[in-house]
Amino acid sequence: MTRISNAFSKPALVCFVTAGDGDTAANLDALIEGGADVIELGMPFTDPMADGPAIQEANLRALAKRTTTADIFALAAQFRLRHPDVPLILMGYANPMIRRGPEWFADECAKAGVDGVICVDIPPEEDQALGPALRAKGVAPIRLATPTTDAKRLPQVLEGSDGFVYYVSVAGITGKQQAATASIEDAVAKLKASTDLPIAVGFGVRTPEQASAIAKVADGVVVGSALVELVGKHGANAPSALKELTSALANAVHSAR
Amino acid sequence: MNKPSPNSFRTQPDERGHFGDYGGRYVAETLMPLILDLEKEYRAAQADPAYKAEFDDLLEHYVGRPSPLYHAERLTEAVGGAQIWFKRDELNHTGAHKINNCIGQILLAIRMGKTRIIAETGAGQHGVATATVCARFGLPCVIYMGATDVARQQPNVFRMKLLGAEVVPVTSGGATLKDAMNEGLRDWVANVHDTFYIIGTAAGPHPYPEMVRDFQSVIGTEARAQMLDRTGRLPDLLVACIGGGSNALGLFHPFLDDADVKMLGVEAAGHGLDGDEHAASLTGGAPGVLHGNKTYLLQDEDGQITDGHSISAGLDYPGIGPEHAWLKESGRVDYTSVTDDEALEGFQLLCRTEGIIPALEPSHAIAAVAKVAKEMPDDAIILANLCGRGDKDIFTVAEALGVDI
Repeated sequence: MTRISNAFSKPALVCFVTAGDGDTAANLDALIEGGADVIELGMPFTDPMADGPAIQEANLRALAKRTTTADIFALAAQFRLRHPDVPLILMGYANPMIRRGPEWFADECAKAGVDGVICVDIPPEEDQALGPALRAKGVAPIRLATPTTDAKRLPQVLEGSDGFVYYVSVAGITGKQQAATASIEDAVAKLKASTDLPIAVGFGVRTPEQASAIAKVADGVVVGSALVELVGKHGANAPSALKELTSALANAVHSAR
Repeated sequence: MNKPSPNSFRTQPDERGHFGDYGGRYVAETLMPLILDLEKEYRAAQADPAYKAEFDDLLEHYVGRPSPLYHAERLTEAVGGAQIWFKRDELNHTGAHKINNCIGQILLAIRMGKTRIIAETGAGQHGVATATVCARFGLPCVIYMGATDVARQQPNVFRMKLLGAEVVPVTSGGATLKDAMNEGLRDWVANVHDTFYIIGTAAGPHPYPEMVRDFQSVIGTEARAQMLDRTGRLPDLLVACIGGGSNALGLFHPFLDDADVKMLGVEAAGHGLDGDEHAASLTGGAPGVLHGNKTYLLQDEDGQITDGHSISAGLDYPGIGPEHAWLKESGRVDYTSVTDDEALEGFQLLCRTEGIIPALEPSHAIAAVAKVAKEMPDDAIILANLCGRGDKDIFTVAEALGVDI
């Protein structure tokens, strides 16, 4: 988990791609070469309820290639060997994570060098389904805060969170519209008043300009759908396009302040 | 069955929406505040006599309740064995039990000041019922329906459009009910401020499973009183088909603490449980998390959801309401399954013996009744829920029987 806090010592670019989509190992290397500070590796699921068309299609492409949970952990373990200092987060839905029991999943995360887990559909109310198992293995349960998370509820979201807080800037699905910078600044300030964890902001961030504006007010910027679309468009040849976009985003984020 | 149960079977779920290990609120954070608010509003509505009075009034004068309790004497004679009775929920306005729940939920939506309604539908019965109540209350309505189901349920698609609903065909995944539910949740998460999601079965995040069960319990409450009135006793066995399980819970729940009343839920075995082409989540699935609740799901060893199959579009959901998962594990309710072919036989049997064309969903219950009735004495009583009428299914049945119409 020190890897995560080190990565957020300066404004960080967090990059998401789906495991099993395209040449994933090469895609991840391209993101790092482009300057990504944190990697979110999406676990494909048949029913990605919180995702827009881009990531839905990436899930389907990965599953069509019969990507298994074992494949994802193999990708993670190999990534950890190649990039010993870059934080690696698994992001996905509850059912594939708890299928063999939460302890099994947490154990595999720890063995593969996974630093944190974002589970879209386990809110604090259902934390026992996965949270205790992750904490026991030193894997950070990273929670989502949203525009609908009010002041009364926020402490419950932060309690038991670790690594960083992922602020979902729009009430909606991934890859759609972006929120106004002013509302993001306001929301990040409220989160900062309640936690010492770094705040990364995502949903709808596509361009260096947007990334730069967010990096001025938050600790990190998450980009997903725009990268995943490149994998969809270029398939096995995606790495050069990924590196190019990541590099532009990283420059914007790293020079924002 | 004389062994007293230590606790009531009618006090679930707990305050967190758990039925034993099942149920709960497995939703994205964006939706959490909303479903907590929904629960608060539902509790307030439950305590408000005006809400209950309006619900009861609409059920009586708009839906046509109480639905009759009918002794199917010719079917009983044809099958041999126990007396077979039906709760006639196919006689409701819109032709199925779904409307009971839609009335309850739209009244709640109006209480909460929501101005836009969304819903998912499989066979189209819930979509039609939702479009109906939206027309009745003048609210705009978007129905998500898998593209596969749109193709095989054209009459219901047209009905929804006549009623003023926008029907959105969903092409993602297998393009059936679960994919329609995913799309409904995506719409909801983006429109939380003004939109109410009318979920059609006793599944989804708490409080939906409890709420839908409560609205549908009018079926069992009426049937229990009607049976006592007509025969002076309670039935020996209740039978109902199960997709998500709302009609079965509606019939079963008011009887759960009547220890001498046995219950049988009937899932869709499709082409048979030995292959992948079925929709029997309880008898052929395993526990997991989908669409906001923990329950039995059709899934592979990695937790990927597999598509259910049934000749009945209303039963091919890969999950089941969490209360059924709990009732199965507690042993209070027995569950079995019936194949497409058996359901088709049940369908034709009821047409010919009773002059009633049932929907393919309750045809599964009829097939199960025909099997178990023979093994029971003549003075035993079976009560099955006839939860929908079959007009919508005549094209599917004709195709299955090789008839051109």
